[in-house]
Amino acid sequence: MALKGLDIFKLTPKTNCKDCGNPTCMAFAMKVAQGAVALDKCPHMSDDVKAQLGDATAPPMKKIEVGSGDDKFTLGGETVLFRHDKTFVSKNLYAVAVCENGIDEKLPEILKVDYDRLGERMYVEFLYVMYRGDAAKFAETVQKAAAEGRGIILEVTDEEAAKAALAVAGDRVILSGANASNYAAFSKLATDAKAVLGVSGASLDELYDTVTALEKLGNKNLILDVAGETVKETFANAVQIRRAALKDNDRTFGYPSLVNLHKVAHGDAHLQTALAALFTLKYGSIIVMDGVSYAQALPLYGLRQNIYTDPQKPMKVEPGIYTLNGADENSVCVTTVDFALTYFVVSGELERSGVPLNLLISDAGGYSVLTAWAAGKLSANSIAKFFKEQEIESKIKSRTLVIPGKVAVLKGEIEEKLPGWTVVVAPNEAVELVKFFKEFVKA
Amino acid sequence: MAFKQVPQKFTAKINPLTIGEGADAITLGGENVLPFYSFDAAIDNAPKIGIEISDNGYAANIPGIAEFYAGAETLPEIAKKAAAAPGVDFLAISMEGAHPDNGDRPVDECAKLVSDIAAVVNIPIVIEGSRNVEKDAKLFEKLAEALQGKNVLFLSAREENYKSIAAAAGLAYSQKIGAESAVDINLAKQLNVLISQMGVKTDSVAMNLGSAAAGYGFEYVATTIDRVKSAALAQNDNMLQMPIVTPVASETWTVKESIVSEEDFPEWGSSEERGINMEIATAAACLAAGSNAVILRHPESVATVSKLIAALI
Repeated sequence: MALKGLDIFKLTPKTNCKDCGNPTCMAFAMKVAQGAVALDKCPHMSDDVKAQLGDATAPPMKKIEVGSGDDKFTLGGETVLFRHDKTFVSKNLYAVAVCENGIDEKLPEILKVDYDRLGERMYVEFLYVMYRGDAAKFAETVQKAAAEGRGIILEVTDEEAAKAALAVAGDRVILSGANASNYAAFSKLATDAKAVLGVSGASLDELYDTVTALEKLGNKNLILDVAGETVKETFANAVQIRRAALKDNDRTFGYPSLVNLHKVAHGDAHLQTALAALFTLKYGSIIVMDGVSYAQALPLYGLRQNIYTDPQKPMKVEPGIYTLNGADENSVCVTTVDFALTYFVVSGELERSGVPLNLLISDAGGYSVLTAWAAGKLSANSIAKFFKEQEIESKIKSRTLVIPGKVAVLKGEIEEKLPGWTVVVAPNEAVELVKFFKEFVKA
Repeated sequence: MAFKQVPQKFTAKINPLTIGEGADAITLGGENVLPFYSFDAAIDNAPKIGIEISDNGYAANIPGIAEFYAGAETLPEIAKKAAAAPGVDFLAISMEGAHPDNGDRPVDECAKLVSDIAAVVNIPIVIEGSRNVEKDAKLFEKLAEALQGKNVLFLSAREENYKSIAAAAGLAYSQKIGAESAVDINLAKQLNVLISQMGVKTDSVAMNLGSAAAGYGFEYVATTIDRVKSAALAQNDNMLQMPIVTPVASETWTVKESIVSEEDFPEWGSSEERGINMEIATAAACLAAGSNAVILRHPESVATVSKLIAALI
């Protein structure tokens, strides 16, 4: 942060009035310096002081919203370069590039990928429509794209074509077309249409100057197209822009990035998968691809979900009965905790065993087996409570329950709490489950 | 006003570690910048790619892999084909068949197998363990002897068996040691300290920090590698400056996305294509975080990741 707590404190009323919710003006100033509290929480600072401090205490990277209301997309707003320093906040989004003539054959493929993973909808958030010289065709394609409920990115540098497209693009739209020569006109177009403006430049210097000029015009609703001539240049741009903003406090580059793989790795789907993974870790906000097949989506969306989890909040799965390998009411029950990683590893191994099983996931606070047990979140009581709440005994006829090997000590207690049930102890490690269940069925 | 670039070049660097012999030897690490940040300072040694086979052969259930190895009957023939795949820098041999529950191949037989491979393959060799610590201790001692002079990296020295592996492979036969820990910076450092206390030089050691497939807790992998690189470069922690080698294939080819059949999940499409993309995405993410080498199985993944590295360095 550019300003220290003490610098801010000097400008507060120093009355310790607590109107901001903090015990003292000093405490308030410290929080503002950390970016934890907004300056306007203090009702007593003069507008002059606020304006003076406003820029200096603004977050280093702006949060850009595409659209408004419940279905808006949020980009940027990051405060750290590495997730272990705090957390990443706005997950990167995906776009598929479509030519002004090419939407009809591409659209069905794009719409096919739409699924849920741990409560998060996984789909292509944006369609990236490219102008190729026919303004009428372009607008028509944009209209079709907008009708599918996805955000729209317009790649166009022709003012008239841009205007016509903006009129039909809906309200979640990015006008990606500003550069060193047309920025003033495009800034007006975007502002009038309430669109986010995408800016590009032949070099980082040129991009920097264009952003400076746009900010002078009052437009701070921007996204930066980081694509260079090559993959190498594109990666260098993405890193340097983000690093300048977050490490070196250069707010001119404090905007989300647009990474256009359609441009730098056109036609190579496997290389695009590799690059999309790279830019998920390092500083892509929107990643534009030739297409996103299920084969690409499964690892990329999984990776994104991992990288953008808050390190302080464990990923959880919903408690309930998960039927595996065609299990029915007579299939054996297995239980483990709701920590997402445990769930994925265990359910993966159970599926590999080929044995029909009912996997019962109880609420264990999102902890791993041993941690949950140590914290009292996984116990005979919690399992018995879960059985009652979910009415397991009326839904499942089997009376065999397999518990994790690491909590073998719970066997006796669970059998006491759940009369009629036979409790079996599984191995300690998930990798041993396949063997265990194959032999279990035989026995 | 032009953009002011502030390069982030560290005074500390990752230890360079050479494996293999002669013209085909490769060097891992040596850089003093974050992964692929060649705009900060030149990166002399690009990340490397290993292709994985096992003492049992190759993954014949994957159509593309079976096709690639078609005609290769013996293990040396398979190894030769693997070594010739475009983009490959080293050969990784997983000794999975030596695990007591998975064939329990005798130590002497294993030694014969890898010697036969070493006789026909010129590129460097990396040995991955059987995942059984007792067996690996005995096995690596024998393999280190059998592969004398080949400058091999033994990847799976763990907390439970590092003593015998460091003594035999590291000290007696001057091979390279890979310290394997489970996605935790403190455990990784502790193991490096223990191995160096045995008298093994830190520049003969690589780290396997553990891995996970994309979507399966990969945030722990990324964050562990991030933190290790940051400690190594920014804080000059010489007990974390070893290059990082990450086995990717063994994680990615077992997850649901890679193995369930197309009949069961028709909308997902070809399982092989899913497996390849899972392997590529995970490998790229490991490299982006800071792995100096990744180990893959499918020749198409090897070719793609090789293209990625070439495009970035």
